Amino acid sequence: MADDKKFAGFICTGCGIGERLDAGQLETTAKRDGKMATCQQHEMLCSKEGVQLIRDAIDKDGATHVMIAACSRRAKVEAFSFTDVAMSRANLREGVIWARPENDDNQETTQEMADDYIRMACAEVKYMNKPKMSGEQALNKNILVVGGGVTGMTAALETAAAGFPVHLVEKTGALGGWAAKWHKRIPGRAAADGVGNGTNVDLPMPMDNDVEQMVAAVEASELITVHLNSTVTKTSGAPGRFSVDITTESGSTATENIGAIVQASGWKEFDASAIPSLGSSNADVVSNVELEALAKAAGDGPIKRPSDGKEVKSVVFVQNAGQASTAEGHLPYHSGIGDLIAIKQAIYFKAQNGKDCDTTILFDNLRTPGAAGEDFYRSGQQQMVIFSKGQVGEVTSGGNGATVSFKDLILDEEVKLEADLVVLDLGMVPNSGPDPYAANESQEGMTDEEKGDAKAAAEIAVPIDSILNLDYRQGSDLPQLKWGFTDSHFICFPYETRRTGIYAAGPVRRPMDIKQAQDDATGAAMKAIQAAVNAGQGSAAHPRVGDLSYPSFRKEGCTQCKRCTVECPFGAINEDEKRYPMFNESRCRRCGTCMGACPVRVISFENYSIDSVGQQIKAVDIPDEFSEKPRILVMACENDAYPALDQAAMSGQEISPWARIIPVRCLGSVSLSWVTDAMNSGYDGIIMMGCQRGDDYQCHFVRGSTMAAERMAKVGDTLSTLNLEPERVIVHEVAITDIERAPRLIKDMEEVVERVGMSPFKF
Amino acid sequence: MSDMNKAMVEKYRNSFLSEVEANVEEGEWVKMCMQCGVCAGSCPLGDAWEHTPQKIFMMIRAGKRDEVLASDSMWMCTSCYNCIVRCPRELPITHIMHGLAHYAKRLGIVPQGQPTAKFAQLFWDNLIKKGRVNELKLGLSLYFMNGFGEGIKTSLKMKDIGLGMVKTKRMNPMEMLGGHAVKDLSGFQKVIKKAQELEEARLAKHGA
Repeated sequence: MADDKKFAGFICTGCGIGERLDAGQLETTAKRDGKMATCQQHEMLCSKEGVQLIRDAIDKDGATHVMIAACSRRAKVEAFSFTDVAMSRANLREGVIWARPENDDNQETTQEMADDYIRMACAEVKYMNKPKMSGEQALNKNILVVGGGVTGMTAALETAAAGFPVHLVEKTGALGGWAAKWHKRIPGRAAADGVGNGTNVDLPMPMDNDVEQMVAAVEASELITVHLNSTVTKTSGAPGRFSVDITTESGSTATENIGAIVQASGWKEFDASAIPSLGSSNADVVSNVELEALAKAAGDGPIKRPSDGKEVKSVVFVQNAGQASTAEGHLPYHSGIGDLIAIKQAIYFKAQNGKDCDTTILFDNLRTPGAAGEDFYRSGQQQMVIFSKGQVGEVTSGGNGATVSFKDLILDEEVKLEADLVVLDLGMVPNSGPDPYAANESQEGMTDEEKGDAKAAAEIAVPIDSILNLDYRQGSDLPQLKWGFTDSHFICFPYETRRTGIYAAGPVRRPMDIKQAQDDATGAAMKAIQAAVNAGQGSAAHPRVGDLSYPSFRKEGCTQCKRCTVECPFGAINEDEKRYPMFNESRCRRCGTCMGACPVRVISFENYSIDSVGQQIKAVDIPDEFSEKPRILVMACENDAYPALDQAAMSGQEISPWARIIPVRCLGSVSLSWVTDAMNSGYDGIIMMGCQRGDDYQCHFVRGSTMAAERMAKVGDTLSTLNLEPERVIVHEVAITDIERAPRLIKDMEEVVERVGMSPFKF
Repeated sequence: MSDMNKAMVEKYRNSFLSEVEANVEEGEWVKMCMQCGVCAGSCPLGDAWEHTPQKIFMMIRAGKRDEVLASDSMWMCTSCYNCIVRCPRELPITHIMHGLAHYAKRLGIVPQGQPTAKFAQLFWDNLIKKGRVNELKLGLSLYFMNGFGEGIKTSLKMKDIGLGMVKTKRMNPMEMLGGHAVKDLSGFQKVIKKAQELEEARLAKHGA
């Protein structure tokens, strides 16, 4: 109901805006070009009085659409938080006055910039609506935890402690997982403050295994329902309304309504038969997992070796066995905690088999992550464990047990070491389901014939059991990043997966020890609770937390091309019975990748659409071809590139006066139509700034910048049909730290335009 | 092989590290070395040594008893203390080097003709007689350390400096005749004797 819309503009003249710019002219622009019904100036709009001015316009004068021209939309978000109207912001401070030098020569172009940003903000708000809940929501507090090991139990206990009911599903007949089998634990604390270097100081020692107490706590909790001997056979729905089938071994199925899910499916031990040269067939060569059983069986007495029950008097730990290796069948990564385990186990021998038990750890790169870390290494040294930097060639039978041949890398010589027992440090293999994208992503760039071969190979390979059995169009399980670990950004959003409301924790995410897994589980549990609560409110999860908008589409325009369902990084879009896209609002992260993908432009959000950006592009005043004033459109990712440009202005760097910067949710949301429209309207250059893509991606929506790069790779053809030079459009990866680079990239485009000439499309 | 050396070999078999821990001054620190190599890089004479401290420590752990004790590396330490200052694990490396040299000496396995070892012996013999170092005699014994002919040659070369020192009363030629002792020579000798007894007792406990 367009008649009910009432537009109000506000211009802040504080922070030097009033001195640098002609506010009167800005007001005229907002009213005349921007069609704002009212436009008011205030000397400090973010002050109590300024905010009240806006509030009054909404409450008393009935403004429904508000345009605020002040600082960057990333600044003063608390002051300018008007959730009951549609709102846009014109960036006059960071975007204009701080980015331009203050002198008479530049006054004209600076004012033009400011006028354009006013026009753009007015155009944007005209095509926005106040987002509101879809009404589909209800708070569902049930959290499903898949996996009953330390990670799963911790997630369950933490969730229950926050007052949320938990369904804990465990495949085997007992809780505790691997950790229940351990003799002792790696210590989780560093030495006390003030404990310095020494030869007999108080350093962390292996801790008692407390998994039993944990199991008891889970069993005692009234909020936790434990499903033993059970698996998840079907997961459908979305955060807040997952419907999960939990099936027992005997075949009986219970269906539960779930708000959010934590997948803690853990790890498998690397199969030592892949490394026969390390003597895996010798009974006195055991894995680190097997040694735990030997130590546990010994109680506090001496550890005996498996072949003949002899008390072990010499033991060699072969670190990094079959890990971080490019050889066939080896693990390409390093599990990271193997050296901590070896130190722990070496101390078992010193404590149980006597001080004179020779324990040697043959390491390659000694790594002791975690809080105890270096102190635990020192603890081992203090117990007279011998650490040798050595590259193990082979382990042979013979002597009194086994003989380890290695190259001592410090003394630079070949050594043979006899031992009663040899312990191999085997890696941790994630216990993931099948990767939904394995075929697609690994086949990028393959010929049809190669794809056929890959398909045949995949059919021969042993099928992996699904963990979650997701009833999603995009596959049954969580997408993976590398080597079977679930996808997550290890710094920025560690527990997030590409399936909203499902969080991965523990060694399924990356190899880790008990302490790290507990921290991980706690984090994932908190995220799951957030997801359930957000879903109940209809608001987005990370990174657009609180956004109430969600994608909708014009059914009559849809051609059922399926691109949105395929390209959505989060698998949010299913198909309905009539093969139209079906948006699962609470799975959606609001990145707009579907909007950028849609060739017929029928997908939009209330507060972000083809028009809300397209009209900004058109609102810019394009000077004629002979004015020597080019226009460069910059579409910058709101998460990284846009703040980098803000920061550039704050640190006093100049940004080209020809640039008109529009923040986009993700480069993935950029529609090709914006590019062609911009070219047709006479822009001379277009820069798209998104996040790093690939395996070490920084894209907040994981695949958005990758999708954009793929789409834009074809933009050259479009330009050629318009008889335009392809270099007028460029996609850059810009990180939030590229404060000096980002303005330089715009400057580079200025030079390109100078070289190839102004666009002939100016009217 | 000295009796004591034989006894030590018998006692420690595989664990030279334990032997060092029990018998070498500050030897208990060797196990704490983390092989970072800062000592090796910091030693101003590192290039001239056969084994750097880092290597010596690794050899001890690898049980290379003979090679370590017969090495002349620890004898070459000039006690500049660079390694001690820089060691991130705060190992008293200089002291360990001297401790190792001392232990090798006690076991009777000093490299043939090692000049530092020779000088140390001369210094000790000189000191123990009067409870103080007789500089004139020590200087001369150093000149004659490598034989009579070389001693005469060095003495002639240094004669002007010697005469100059006598003239300016920096050196008293009468010290050649016996030389003066510390005030309480017998007391000094008792102190030394007691220290030796304590060390023997310590060795008896840990070693032979």
